Formats: sequence, C-alpha cells, structure tokens
Amino acid sequence: MDFWFKEKHTKNVEFAIRVDRQLYSGQSEFQRIDIFDSVEFGRFLTLDGYMMLTEKDEFIYHEMIVHVPMAVLPEARKILVIGGGDGGTVRELTRYGGIEHIDLVEIDEEVVSASREYLPFTASALEDERVSIYYEDGLKFIRYHENEYDLIIVDSTDPFGPGEGLFTKEFYGNCYKALTEHGIMVNQHESPFYPEDAYAMQRAHKRIVESFPISKVYQAHIPTYPSGHWLFGFASKIYHPVSDLNRRRWEDLNLKTKYYNIPLHIGAFALPGYVEDMLKSVERI
Amino acid sequence: MNSLSQENTPILEALKQLKSMRVVPFDVPGHKRGKGNRLLTEFLGEKCMSVDVNSMKPLDNLCHPVSVIREAEELAADAFGAEHAFFMVGGTTSAVQSMVLTSCKRGDKIIMPRNVHRSAINVLILCGAVPVYINPQTNDRLGIALGMKVEDVKKAILEHPDAKAILINNPTYYGICSNLREITKLAHDHGMMVLVDEAHGTHFYFGKHMPVSAMAAGADMAAVSMHKSGGSLTQSSFLLAGKHVNEGYVRQVINLTQTTSGSYLLMSSLDVSRRNLAIHGEEIFEKVKNLVSYARDEINKIGDYYAYSKELVDGDAIFDFDVTKLSIHTLDVGLAGIEVYDILRDDYDIQAEFGDFGNLLAYVSVGDRPRDIERLVSALSEIRRRFKKDKEGMLDTEYISPKVIDTPQNAFYSQKEQLPLRECAGRVCSEFVMCYPPGIPILAPGELVTPEIIEYIEYAADKGCSLTGPEDMHTRKLNVIKK
Repeated sequence: MDFWFKEKHTKNVEFAIRVDRQLYSGQSEFQRIDIFDSVEFGRFLTLDGYMMLTEKDEFIYHEMIVHVPMAVLPEARKILVIGGGDGGTVRELTRYGGIEHIDLVEIDEEVVSASREYLPFTASALEDERVSIYYEDGLKFIRYHENEYDLIIVDSTDPFGPGEGLFTKEFYGNCYKALTEHGIMVNQHESPFYPEDAYAMQRAHKRIVESFPISKVYQAHIPTYPSGHWLFGFASKIYHPVSDLNRRRWEDLNLKTKYYNIPLHIGAFALPGYVEDMLKSVERI
Repeated sequence: MNSLSQENTPILEALKQLKSMRVVPFDVPGHKRGKGNRLLTEFLGEKCMSVDVNSMKPLDNLCHPVSVIREAEELAADAFGAEHAFFMVGGTTSAVQSMVLTSCKRGDKIIMPRNVHRSAINVLILCGAVPVYINPQTNDRLGIALGMKVEDVKKAILEHPDAKAILINNPTYYGICSNLREITKLAHDHGMMVLVDEAHGTHFYFGKHMPVSAMAAGADMAAVSMHKSGGSLTQSSFLLAGKHVNEGYVRQVINLTQTTSGSYLLMSSLDVSRRNLAIHGEEIFEKVKNLVSYARDEINKIGDYYAYSKELVDGDAIFDFDVTKLSIHTLDVGLAGIEVYDILRDDYDIQAEFGDFGNLLAYVSVGDRPRDIERLVSALSEIRRRFKKDKEGMLDTEYISPKVIDTPQNAFYSQKEQLPLRECAGRVCSEFVMCYPPGIPILAPGELVTPEIIEYIEYAADKGCSLTGPEDMHTRKLNVIKK
C-alpha cells in the first residue's frame, strides 16, 4: 500500500510523509483534525491538512517555546497558554515545580479530546492539577485579564483560519495588558524562508514591536515545518532574553532537555543576516 | 405571466441561457465577453466578463421592460410587498431622486427632515421644488439627529397644506426610526405623498421583529439600498411603489436620468439577492441580530464606549431602533468617532463604515464571522487602553439647524463668488458641504453660513473627516451668493 500525507509548503513545493495508518479524522466547528501513524515520524497531528506536530520532532518546538522564557523568568508563577490544545507546551511547563497555575485557552475542544485519546506523549500533562482549560477564542479570553500572568505563550496555528486573530495588533496589545510588570510573551512566529510565511512573520514582528518595549526573535530547526527553519518571538516588558538570562537558577533546576540548553539559548537569538534585515525593515515605526 | 416563484431568478436564467447559446457578439460592449481586454478579464474573471452584455431581445431592456426584467421586477415587488418594484442601476441616489421627481415639479413644496442624504437635496436643484425642513430632534448625550416627531410633522403639514409630498429618512444611518405609520396617515389625510428613504432598511422587509417597513406602513414610494444589507453589488438598488402610484409615469421619470445601458451585472445581482432574501432573509437577519447583539454587549463591557440600542426608544423621535446597526458612542473615551475610525484602519487593519464627531458605525452583515467581531471588540478595548483621555473641548453635536435663505435651485444657479471659509460668515452658501460618509449636508445651497458652522467645518477637517461638496476640493474656500 502506498499511502502518503502531503502538504504544500508553497505552490511549487510539497512535503510528504509515508503514512502507516490513519487513526482519527474529524471535522470540528473550526477545522478538520487528522491523526496518522507513520514509520519515520511516528504519530502526527494535522489541522486542515497542515502539520502541527510529530512524535519525532515535537520536542524541539515545545522545549524552545517554553524553556527560553522560563530560563529568563524562572520565578514565573502564573502562565497562560493560548492555543496548544495538543498539550505539548503545557507538558514542558508542568516540569517547573515553581509554577502555581497554568490556564490553557484552546478554541477547539475537539483538538484537546483527540489529543487526549491519541497523543498521550503531549496531552498527558493536561491532567496536572495546576492546569485549567478554557475552550474559547484567545482574543476574547485575554480581553478580560489585566496584570495577571507572568508569562503568556502563544502556541497558535498559522495566521489564517481559526488562529488569525492571534496575529493581530489588538491581540498583542491585550497580551501586554494581561501581563504583570515583568511579564514575557512568547509566540510561534512563522518562518522567514518562503515568501508567504516570511510576510506573515514580518507583519507579526511589526505588530509586536509596536506593542512591547523589548521584542526579539529566536530560531530553531524543526524538520517537519515548511523549510525547517522556524522562528519564535520573545516580547517583554523589562527583561532582555539574553542579558537577563538566569543561567544559574535554570541549571539548578536540573531539567533534562533534548534540544534546549543554555549555550543554545544564547545562540538561538543570533539570526542569519537576511532574517535580521527582514526584521529591521519593519522595526522602524 | 406564467407562475414564477421566489425560487426563480429570471435575469440570471436568461443570462445563463444566453451563455449556453454561444451567440457571436456584433454589438456592444466592445470588450466582447472579455476577449478584447485580457488584463481586465484576468482581474475580474471570465465568468464576470461573459455576462457584461447589452440589452437584447432575450435579455429585455431596463428602459422598457417587457420580459425577464419585468418578471424579475414583479418578483421583487412581491417579495417586498410593493405594487411595483423598479430595478435601479444608479444607486439609491437615483431611487431617492426619482421619488422626488415623481411627486414634485418646479415650485412645489416637499416636507423633509434636514438630516437627509445629499441626494434628496440635490434633486431639489434639478427640479426646483422647495424644501420645508423639519428640524430633527437631537439626543444630547449622543449628539446625533433623531427621527421626526409626529407633532413636528403635523405642524409642518398644517403650515404648508399645499406641500405635495413628505420625505422620511427611515432608519437613519445610526438606526433611528420615526413613527412611519402615524406620519404616513397624517400625510395621506392631507393629500400628500409619502416617500421613504429606506437606504439603510432593506432588512425591515425580511427580518423578524424589525421596525415597520415603508410598504407595510402604507407609504407611496421607498428607495431601498439592496447593496447595503441586501447583499447585491454596489450601486444596485430598488425603487418600490405602492397602490396609488402611476407605474408608467415613474418609469418615465426614472428614464429622464437613468442610463440606457443598464448593467446586467448589477441587475442579475439584484435578482439573485432578492431570491436569497425572500427565501433565507429571516434566518440571515436573525444571525446578524445575534452577532450585533453580542458585539454590543461586549463593547459595553469595555467601559466608556456606549453601543446603543432599543433602550433609547421614546415612542416618538426615537419611535423604534434598528438592532442590526452597531452604532457606538465614543466621546467618553476622549476620542471622536472619526478618530477611532482612523485608528482602527491605520493600526488594526479594520475598516469601519464611518465615524463622526461622537460616534462610530461598524457595519455588520451576514458575511461577518464571530472571530471578526472579536477583533473589532478587542481593537476597541485596546484603543481605549492606549488613547483614553479627557473629553474636554470636544464637539459633541453632529447636527446644526440651518437657516434657510433661498431654495437650493436658486442658490445653486445664482451669481456666486468664492471666499476663504472664515470670511463666509453672514453669507449665503451656494453649494454643499458635508462629511462623507454619512453624506448629510452641514450646509446646503441657500443656507446661511454662521460662525458656528465654520467652527464645525474646521473641527471636522481637523479631526480628519473627509469633507466633500464644495468646488474647492480642500474646503478652504466656499462659494457664496454674490451680494
């Protein structure tokens, strides 16, 4: 049997994974949800046909979106995760004993229920007693919160479809308002490589720069995302992601990580020249 | 006529039939189904260009409809509960003007509220009818002009028993409705025709629990902007007529100014949208009502903004309120509506319908998704957080009662001179000045320029309103009647 999952990375580029079998397919109010098993990447989740995570490489994304801000602000107590219904981000967060509470806001309840059933490697931590799950639009949820969270992680899909509101200036501004005075916001920041992704990346950066006094971008290599070169945004009220890195405190926590480490944290903020240029071109307000 | 139902779309069906016949066009338009203009065809699409055709026997003729356009007009009349419906391709402006031209000739009086759309006063320049203005009531808190009080209408009718017609603006842009039934009865008792500018009220004919529509209230004619809440293409509109109106004469009047090359894109869009409203209208406007009601509640929770609704209803000047309108009072945030309008577009990529001194109007339709509403609400909440300031020194009145010195026609055609705005106080204006949108004149031809009006115009320009009307494109000078 020749059974492949294919995703168009651009109009002219395709990415394909041989599928062993399909485990789940559902159409929610918001999107189509599919879960497959594959030989090369293990189990993987797609939304509207776009790759969200694979068992094999999800650790890169989830470690980088969580440990980078946590190593700057290890004293973070109250965290908000927007999106991320698969539970991977929450899983990394629950490893910090000092975190008192995590609110997860996912628009699509069916993503969470499918993840709970088929993706235990990411979803198991959703049962942690510090986690509360809200099924609503993140843009609406955040409107009602002020000076409340130490860290907000925007673990969103792409800037079209149900996640589009999470790439807007009104959303970033509301996040700023919902953060405490030392708060940090980290977001999934798209890729700089293919022009369409790069355009979305620049727009997001421009809007974050307009909303936060400190706005930096860092990178990771994620094999199953378009071009493999992926960016994250680090926006903050007072802390700089590198000069305010709490190396000793983070190392004292003794967390075992597969991708993240302190030298990589510092290096991740060193970006290729063309990416720096793209970011700079939208930083002038 | 063979038995057509609201499921039918005679114009659309005729266009489809024509396409399938693969007729060779040796008539206009010269782009020949798009083949003669590749760039435009690429942009608009072949499907669109292939039905941009001219009147011909199988497609009927808008100037003299006898087949498919006639059928489509009859279906529309039926859907709207009118005696006749006319397809209009010159916008609701031409529908409003045809109503006035039908009912008035030179020197005839017509009663109207002063807060009408410019199209209604424009037509007075064309035909020489004389306006009798009723000053609308205003709401002090919101600064907006309201509907007409029945008492005020009665007074105008008794003072001008020779008036030929009364024009009613229902609902206003902001959603305010007058007591249409009572005013219609009063006017009819005194032998006057009742004309309703229903540009913002297409949905009254289809939604549940809506304010009364012009035809249901017994009005003689109504101008309905199908392209606003009805979903048809921009510039397409219906003119509706009741029992006591001479259809043939109205058609003659329409043909005085309407094109003889009626666009089939516009006409088919009217036909299809009428079908859609007749079949799904109730459900469509229920959805819109729910979206707007959610948005209103969320906006009112932000603080300082006031998204108003039925609580304004006072049984007279605000006889009813159109709950599909999302009108938001912004002054307590310390921002003019036009400033919020500009920030929404410049900072948040959100285009609202219009902003004036104290209010913002966001147009919500069946095309909106809940997530778009979330964006609007969140952006408003952010604008308040970022920009809230004291509202001292802000103008809050959208409406200044005019001092009418001469008729619009006399003033427009009289000897005039152009003066810097500040030097115009005490002179009679010979042109229009308005913010667009909403297009309600601040000054109309024949009205006295006062220091208060000059301050209003300067304030509007300062706040970023788009001022239109005067010959001087920048509205730094005005044309006034030569002494």
